[in-house]
Amino acid sequence: MDNRNPRQSLPGLCLIPREDGIPRALFPQETPEAYLAQARILESAGGRFLGLWGAGDPEPRICTAFLLREGLFVLVLPLPKETPSPTFPSLSGFIPAANRFERTVRDLFGFRPEGLEDTRPWIGHDLWAVPPLSLPPGSPVPENPGAGSSDYPFVRVTGPGVHEIPVGPVHAGIIEPGHFRFQVVGEKVLRLEELLGYTHKGVDGLFRNRDIAWGARLAARISGDSTVATSMAYAQAIEQALDFSPAAGVRALRALLLERERIANHLGDLGAIGNDAGLGFALSQFGCLKENLLRKNRQHFGARYLFDQVTPGGVRTSLDDEAIADLLEENGILLEEILALHKIYDDHGGLQDRFQNTGVLLPEVAHRLGLGGVVGRASAQAWDLRADHGGDPYRRFPPALALAHTGDVAARVLVRFLEIQESLSFSRALLEHLPEHSIAESIPDNSGPAEGLGIVEGFRGEVLAWVRLAPHGVIEAAHIQDPSALLWPALEIAVPGNLVADFPLINKSFNLSYSGNDL
Amino acid sequence: MWKLLLKIFQTGILTEKRGRPLSQTHPPGFGKSLAIRHVDAGSCNGCELELWALENPYYALSSGGVKFVASPRHADLLLVTGPVTRAMKEALLRTRDAIPGPRRVLAVGDCACNGGIFRDSYAVHGGVDGVIPVDHHLPGCPPSPDELLEAIHHAFGSSPPSSE
Ligand code: SF4
Repeated sequence: MDNRNPRQSLPGLCLIPREDGIPRALFPQETPEAYLAQARILESAGGRFLGLWGAGDPEPRICTAFLLREGLFVLVLPLPKETPSPTFPSLSGFIPAANRFERTVRDLFGFRPEGLEDTRPWIGHDLWAVPPLSLPPGSPVPENPGAGSSDYPFVRVTGPGVHEIPVGPVHAGIIEPGHFRFQVVGEKVLRLEELLGYTHKGVDGLFRNRDIAWGARLAARISGDSTVATSMAYAQAIEQALDFSPAAGVRALRALLLERERIANHLGDLGAIGNDAGLGFALSQFGCLKENLLRKNRQHFGARYLFDQVTPGGVRTSLDDEAIADLLEENGILLEEILALHKIYDDHGGLQDRFQNTGVLLPEVAHRLGLGGVVGRASAQAWDLRADHGGDPYRRFPPALALAHTGDVAARVLVRFLEIQESLSFSRALLEHLPEHSIAESIPDNSGPAEGLGIVEGFRGEVLAWVRLAPHGVIEAAHIQDPSALLWPALEIAVPGNLVADFPLINKSFNLSYSGNDL
Repeated sequence: MWKLLLKIFQTGILTEKRGRPLSQTHPPGFGKSLAIRHVDAGSCNGCELELWALENPYYALSSGGVKFVASPRHADLLLVTGPVTRAMKEALLRTRDAIPGPRRVLAVGDCACNGGIFRDSYAVHGGVDGVIPVDHHLPGCPPSPDELLEAIHHAFGSSPPSSE
């Protein structure tokens, strides 16, 4: 990383502006005390906690990410190599959202969060006799003979008339697996607690000792609906590690792909939310619009969901004039359709009745949880990497921030409608001013260890990537963080007080990834 | 309301004709429709996106007599996606056992066929075969809706089921 013009400083931490996106850097901390103190400073300076992850041998460490208006700060706490289960100070006391991340690190690496009172397993489900990532890559992980014998200790509500509804891991429909435990009185939810981890595939372990290209294929499969976002964050991380900056044409095409992913998902969500509120018409209409877009993706990029389109160093496909003209035409048609459907949604009394005041997440709560993304913006949290920090091409055609204040299903619907419109005009500007581009360049080699970060505004919120490379492009460790991990606890807060029957609607309005959470 | 009706009218029927409807294939042991219980055994959700797409008006899966059901007791076909994570093994076995015979098992996507990109992980079983017998495999990452439709019809028309 170079060190020109520090843009803004916090005590001991400073970030440098970057052309290819958000200013971002890693800040090694010498002692646990320094780590804890810096985390407090970042939190009180208005930093949003974005995630925490571990890495094992040969450089065991804890990494903790904070997003500020200045950029992305990642604190790195090296852990002693010889100690079998080293400790690290827990941040959960002042950052409640750190709880599940620290439990994940304990499950997978065996690092012990000091001061964390919650001793329950999380992602690991107690399935293994030893923490799987404490072993060298490729070694067999012995199973825990007692796995599954004891129930997960959900927090229970007691009292007259209170009963419990367990749901999942297999849900009624085409949905990812996870468990929800409701405490209910009559029709009303008193408490909701989630148990996730069912889709844990050992992604962090799989990255180890692979080459960069293989890692890119894995990064594209963290959460299928966010494949562009995760691939792009990974590519940025690799590029930062190798001190490589992609060409302006590549940046523009990546931005376009990211918007296509956002539009496709928002269309799908709007249809599914309308359908869950009883309007089947919505599912068909939005389903068609989404399908049209996927078919255009297939025609012009060769993949419906844009898997493997963004690669370290470039993108896979370029657009010729004919394709650009076709996509501009699609853009105009889609905008008209969206405006018409938005009007229908707004005018539909039955729909609005289900949407309004349902699943409210108060702005104060969203702020306390440090939320961003669609869910955060629907609760008045004004964060959008594209609007806030935009490097190129966002600085050239800055997309407006879509914001709503009521924090209910209606607000999350509104934010999606506004974002599609904004995405369409941003995409139009990109298509009309696409720079000359080469689609991929070969990335340089590294002779020593190198480390990098990437962060992009995916359709749910901020997607983060970190890689550490051993010499010659071998991945020593990597981690990709979907925003779902931060948003799942918010669902637990938005649901109580609502009817059990409204849960599917509220859940749809969040549309969180299980796979991206469980990794 | 009239805007909504007008939109329906303007949209028209978009369903594309493909293949014979199920009601004409009459495989022994099943009625004239097919009920599918889907289990996501740890997919990346890419395969689910295409399963969802089957319900859009272009493919209109249900108009051909095929539907996804909530209860395994109502199902004829178990459709599994994902590499089968350790944490999902038990749920997959129990769902399979709750489906009455005759039943078929269809593994959808590279992950379900052989573990896909996650194959070497400590956390997965490396595909559905590693846990329960599979009748039909549909590779792809993810397979397209057309391939899915074909595989579902194929699974339905074939006999005898090997998983019994
Ligand atoms: S086959 Fe591909 S799309 Fe399907 S779950 Fe596996 S990685 Fe995802």
